[in-house]
Amino acid sequence: MSWIDDWGLSLATFLPALGVVVLMFLPSARETLAKITGTVFAGLALIVGIVCAVRFDYGASDQIQLEVDATWIESIGARYHVGVDGMSLPLLVLSLLVCFLCMVYMWWHIPEPGKPKALFGLVLLLETGMNGSFVALDLILFFVFFELVLVPMYFMIGIWGGPNREYASVKFFLYTLFGSIFMLLGFLALWINSGTETFDMIALRETTGGASDLFQNLVFLGLFLGFAIKVPMWPFHTWLPDAHTEAPTVGSVLLAAVLLKMGTYGFIRIALPILPDAAVTFAPIIGVLAVIGIIWGSLCCFAQTDLKRLIAFSSVGHMGFVMLGIATLTDRGINGAIFGMVAHGLITGMLFFLAGSMHERYHTREIATLGGMLKQIPRFGTVFSYAAIASLGLPGLAGFWGEMLALLGSYQPAEALNVELFRVLMVGGGIGTVLTAGYMLWMIQRVNLGVVPERFESGKGVFDVQRLEWMAWAPLLILIVVAGFYPKILLGVTTGAVQNLTRVFGG
Amino acid sequence: MNLLAQEVAQPSIDWHALAPEFVLVSAACAVLVADLFLPRGSKWIAMPLSAAGIIGTLAAIVSLIGTETTTLSGTFEVDAFSLLFKALFCVLGLIILAISFHYFRGGSYYQGEYYFLLLSSLFGGLVIASARDLISLFIAIELISIPGIIMVALRKGDAKSNEGALKFFLFSVMSSAVMLYGMSLIYGVTGSTILSEIRTSIGADADQPIIVLSVFFVVVGFAFKISAVPFHFWAPDTYEGAPAPVAAFLSTASKIGGFVGLLVLMFKAFPEVADMWAPIFAVLAVLTMTIGNLIALRQQHIIRLLAYSGIAQSGYILVCLALINPDNPGASEQAFGAAVIYLVIYGLMDLGAFAAAVAFARKGGSYFISDYSGLWQRSPALALLFTGFLISLAGAPPMAGLIAKLFVFLATIEAGVYWLAVVMGVNTVIAAWYYLAVVKKMFFESPDVAERVEVPYLLTAAMGVAAAALVALLIYPPLLTNLADASIF
Repeated sequence: MSWIDDWGLSLATFLPALGVVVLMFLPSARETLAKITGTVFAGLALIVGIVCAVRFDYGASDQIQLEVDATWIESIGARYHVGVDGMSLPLLVLSLLVCFLCMVYMWWHIPEPGKPKALFGLVLLLETGMNGSFVALDLILFFVFFELVLVPMYFMIGIWGGPNREYASVKFFLYTLFGSIFMLLGFLALWINSGTETFDMIALRETTGGASDLFQNLVFLGLFLGFAIKVPMWPFHTWLPDAHTEAPTVGSVLLAAVLLKMGTYGFIRIALPILPDAAVTFAPIIGVLAVIGIIWGSLCCFAQTDLKRLIAFSSVGHMGFVMLGIATLTDRGINGAIFGMVAHGLITGMLFFLAGSMHERYHTREIATLGGMLKQIPRFGTVFSYAAIASLGLPGLAGFWGEMLALLGSYQPAEALNVELFRVLMVGGGIGTVLTAGYMLWMIQRVNLGVVPERFESGKGVFDVQRLEWMAWAPLLILIVVAGFYPKILLGVTTGAVQNLTRVFGG
Repeated sequence: MNLLAQEVAQPSIDWHALAPEFVLVSAACAVLVADLFLPRGSKWIAMPLSAAGIIGTLAAIVSLIGTETTTLSGTFEVDAFSLLFKALFCVLGLIILAISFHYFRGGSYYQGEYYFLLLSSLFGGLVIASARDLISLFIAIELISIPGIIMVALRKGDAKSNEGALKFFLFSVMSSAVMLYGMSLIYGVTGSTILSEIRTSIGADADQPIIVLSVFFVVVGFAFKISAVPFHFWAPDTYEGAPAPVAAFLSTASKIGGFVGLLVLMFKAFPEVADMWAPIFAVLAVLTMTIGNLIALRQQHIIRLLAYSGIAQSGYILVCLALINPDNPGASEQAFGAAVIYLVIYGLMDLGAFAAAVAFARKGGSYFISDYSGLWQRSPALALLFTGFLISLAGAPPMAGLIAKLFVFLATIEAGVYWLAVVMGVNTVIAAWYYLAVVKKMFFESPDVAERVEVPYLLTAAMGVAAAALVALLIYPPLLTNLADASIF
């Protein structure tokens, strides 16, 4: 099994890409064959990923493991360097799991205009980009994977999306491209500054100490633009509600569950460790923007009439908590941030699955036209309440720990930061949790409770949870409660790596 | 008597070094002669003949790999750089033949003459990669352009074709005149036409205003050839009027030929005075990128769109020339390597896009972007390949356009010209907009007509090879970057 230690991560990353190549040569008329191929490749990647997770030495989660460091573009010193530590492993597993579940879900339903071969292929291509971003330890490699998600997501929104899909898909593409160009410039500046012409994320940590403040801050600004747009942080969030609302169900799920995490992961993997001084300078700004995002996102939720758009704005708020946790530069805060990323992936992914399935039943996502779901389809309604309550951060479910740790972290931020400011931010975030509870409960009330509207009274087409839906959702539902009751399952993995990171900030 | 005999003695000629050129010229002549004897219905045989000639040329190039030699009194050099571009011209030539075959066979065109002209033009490309003095550089660039003018005019009955050819002719002649004037001044100052001798001579007294003036004239002359803004006006009209495969040729092989000449001239003859001409290229690059992109945003005709996008793309290569700094040889080498990489990848992706446009317009389609709606459902393979090329031009994975842009960005940062990097960054986003607009038409809209678009196998194969090469270059860039490194002067 030692070969899996070397090539397991590469296999998990490139198996989906291989699946795309296989799919390309299948006849498009054989739809079932295409579905089987897509699911098998995503499943194989998931199995390899689980084997990797088993081989991972949890006692040394602060170390890079399952590492491969091979020559790639020799002339510029870019290498094929992949590996995982306690920060990236949970996100990699999340990505593998959610992609596989999306494959399962697509057996149940594929939106207009059908074409399963193309849709399965795009999800696989997306998966390669996402997995690769979480295992890459070389900036150029990371950049290629980071960019690789653009094209498949663009097509998913544009072909299978809602009425306003053309606008949403182009906005998504251009916005993200704009950010990543400046991120690339930052990477290249780090390369030139290193003196040894290396793009290695680990080696670069040693090279920025002597650089001027101006240089560090400018480079951080470039990285900040790239990652903050991806997260997205207020005020760069405007692409997100459009993309989420128009995307097909699996597109929204993948966007929420994994794609957004690439931005926050970029902060903790690249920006913070390589540019610690600039991170201290920027932390208050990030913290303030994060709290504005939390409150802004929550308030916007109150004004939404479309279910998917509401969940999309709630993402802005939740990712605000993640960013607040990162901005504290403490163990607690960053542990909370990673927990928040995974929890948001599970919960909001679940909510988007539900929103998609509701659309299949009611053919509308207008909250005002819905009602009495719990009465009409009780199991579905229960799952919906469960996910919504998890999202508002009820203790005992996954959503709680991320928010709690982020707020706790901002009570006592890293030494170099202004304590008063972060305590104000903590209060702001606290108000945000109240608002979150408010709009989520209000949503449950309007959708789940009350009387069944006249137009749905016949119950035609409004069926309860299907078997395939259970299969796709059960893992998420279980993990939400497991992570809620036993947070150590995640914190135990991340703590070592996070301590390794916060050491420079005196955490 | 003895003295006279010495003077007329033949210089020693390395025939092997000239083998690719000889093979190609022989093939061109064979095509011309064969055309005389072929019956009207079999004129298409000129195309496989030409293809065989180009493959033979490729073989001759392969046999020269590793050679570093000069011949013809130092005016003709064979090295890694020239071999890389000779091979590129041959590969592009083969793809252009694949694009041309059905196009010219179907229309009432002069097939034999066309293939002869195409090979002659490619011959110019082969020569320019090796030319190391002013005269052979000038002859090579004219050898590329003049057959091009006739090829543009091949659609004799079409007013647009005539207009395009006339514009091309006038601009070409004018730019040649300007270039020649500059060259004559250089000769006047330095007393030599050989680039390496010019370099030593200029190094001695670099401050003369006459040198500034002459370099400026030469640069302007080349700027016309590579259609850099503000010398680009001829290009879109000429491309639109020309038979589409000829437009593909002009936008790729011919333009790359111009750039090769420019690189050779600037690096071999004028590196000592780079601080004087590099700013000119910076201005040209910014104008070319920005204006090319902004005008491309409004195009409705695919050939015009590709023309303007090609103009914008050459802006990135001009950036490389703007980065040359005699005091920083490392950065200069990086910039040179980036230009080489960009040219090769640009050639493949732009030609691929032209091939796809021709494939669509051939039967049942047109050159108007509005007719692309729903192409995905009418021909999935064509839509996929076309999208691949457009995405590569936009610089996104999984295609190699990203690698090309990456190296130019890298060179810019290494040279410390951050503002140019930011301008390029913004331009990349603008360009993505119009490339995506075409993709959007093909995939996000439903077709107006349900009829399938049939693409000939030859064309699909050519596009498939180009697309596969682009993907391979993204996955493993050293395939190209090592060659580019080796070819730095």
